[in-house]
Amino acid sequence: MTPLVEDLVITSVKIGVLFGLLLGLFSFMTWAERRLLALMQFRLGPNRTGPFGLLQPVADGIKLFFKEEFIPERAHTFLFLAAPVIAIVTAFTAVAVVPYGPTLELFGRKVPLQIASLDVGLLFVFAMTSLGVYGVVLAGYAAQNHYSLLGGMRLSAQMFSYELSLGMSWVGVIMLAQSLQIADIVDAQANGFWHWNVVLQPLGALTYFIAATAEVSRTPFDFAEAEQELVAGFHTEYSSMRFALLQMAEYVNIITVGVLAVNLFLGGWHFPLPGVAASPLWFVLKVGCVLFVIIWLRGTLPRFRYDQLMALGWKVLLPLVTLNIIVTAALVALGVL
Amino acid sequence: MEAILFYGLAALAVVAAIAVVAQPNPVTSALALIVTLCCLSGIFGLLGSPFIAALQIVVYAGAIMVLFLFVLMLLNVEPERSPSGPRLALVAGALAATLAAQVGWVLLQTDRGTGVAGFHVRTRQMAMILFSPEGRFLYAFEMVGVLILAALVGAIVLSREDLP
Amino acid sequence: MSDSVPIDHALLLSAALFALGTLGVFLRRHLITIVMSIELMLNAANLAFIAFSRSHGTIDGQILVFFVMTVAAAEAAVGLAIIIALDRIKRSIDVDAFDWMKW
Repeated sequence: MTPLVEDLVITSVKIGVLFGLLLGLFSFMTWAERRLLALMQFRLGPNRTGPFGLLQPVADGIKLFFKEEFIPERAHTFLFLAAPVIAIVTAFTAVAVVPYGPTLELFGRKVPLQIASLDVGLLFVFAMTSLGVYGVVLAGYAAQNHYSLLGGMRLSAQMFSYELSLGMSWVGVIMLAQSLQIADIVDAQANGFWHWNVVLQPLGALTYFIAATAEVSRTPFDFAEAEQELVAGFHTEYSSMRFALLQMAEYVNIITVGVLAVNLFLGGWHFPLPGVAASPLWFVLKVGCVLFVIIWLRGTLPRFRYDQLMALGWKVLLPLVTLNIIVTAALVALGVL
Repeated sequence: MEAILFYGLAALAVVAAIAVVAQPNPVTSALALIVTLCCLSGIFGLLGSPFIAALQIVVYAGAIMVLFLFVLMLLNVEPERSPSGPRLALVAGALAATLAAQVGWVLLQTDRGTGVAGFHVRTRQMAMILFSPEGRFLYAFEMVGVLILAALVGAIVLSREDLP
Repeated sequence: MSDSVPIDHALLLSAALFALGTLGVFLRRHLITIVMSIELMLNAANLAFIAFSRSHGTIDGQILVFFVMTVAAAEAAVGLAIIIALDRIKRSIDVDAFDWMKW
């Protein structure tokens, strides 16, 4: 096999594996979220479909598949159909440059466990996150419904306000690792948890987590799902599989947030103590912990008000993250970090 | 392989640009412009500047066009009524074609150098040129920061409601 | 050059996009569409810069594109703010509606 064909085969296998893992994790996360929220709220979650309710996502999928799909009469048909596609494509493309394990040696060649190792990996993730705003704003606009439009515009304003702090919280991490490639940033955190960026950059980690939670619109920032306020926000008019696509895009975004948190701040696939070999297993465990924390926040915190949210994003997070950059730059220039 | 991608992206960019100019509905024009920008980003990547390609999506397609869409939805624009007539379209088309020919001719006449095979600029090189004092662009970089601040203040002041 | 992306065709694409942007400025009557056509012209210029940077093998073209992009962002922001202010005054964003300075 020529090198080109070899590359194509390996990349196709990686894409297939990652796609399957993401879909599986998405289904698992819907189940886990409902069970965990239920346990936090002192009730049982879905526990009848299959053992421990594990077949509940399958049941949900079958139900959604058989629902009637309708397009409102006054809606812009093309935009209505395109918005979920844009949401899901940007969500999945962002995961393409994120590594999920150390470089493996398979059949005599080094196979990095990421689909594409770009020179500007982190910037590419940021670019895909920026494009994700279009899924929301077009979905809100296309339905030609007051509630959808208001929900869509509110959510997209929230998304690109926090995108700024999100990107800037990564600058400290990039300065420490001297590279935009995520694999390099993970390797800079090897040999013990005192090298992890959550220890070296606590302010950056905190602002990243808050900004990322607001970016994917999870509680306490979840206006799109604010059923009490806006019917169902920008996905009011969506039903059946298009709604499932929007939900999938949201959960894949949450998974991306968790994966990036682990890779950028929590040491990636390295064990907390030096001496133990790095493996994707530690990575998966850490991502599970971060996703658990995200679900835990949903079960615990009340929702912000919209103006509080925007004030937090512009007046609190942005100065904090700028301060983080200045301090980190000073320490790196002085040779301390 | 690269050539196929380039021609595909170039064709899509031209079609989308024609849609920007020809579509009566401004929202569709904006979306066509987003498609053009993403195609151009791909072409930038093919021409050896991945950093500028990513920046194009982050800044242009991801921020400026969102701003355009927001203003379009805020102003609740109607699709344009009939354009100013076919005669103006013909004259404008002829002028634009002349412009294209002239600009193309000038560009092709310019000295294009010999080029470097496998030209691929790394982010570190760009950062060195932008930020180091001997890189000639540090002053311009700082001035652009001040410019953006001025634009920010200007935009906020201009869109306030209590000014005449 | 041994690369497979032809620089000549990239430059022709740049010229074509520039001309299309100019056509948009001539023909359209919506202020916002005119500003969008101007953005298209700026992007055509960016493409020419990058193509020349590639063909000369230097990085200067890309640095200039960086600056052009930021200046375009600033200009788009201020332009849209002006359009919002105009709409507030006149309730219309048709170019022909703003003829107060005609004699």
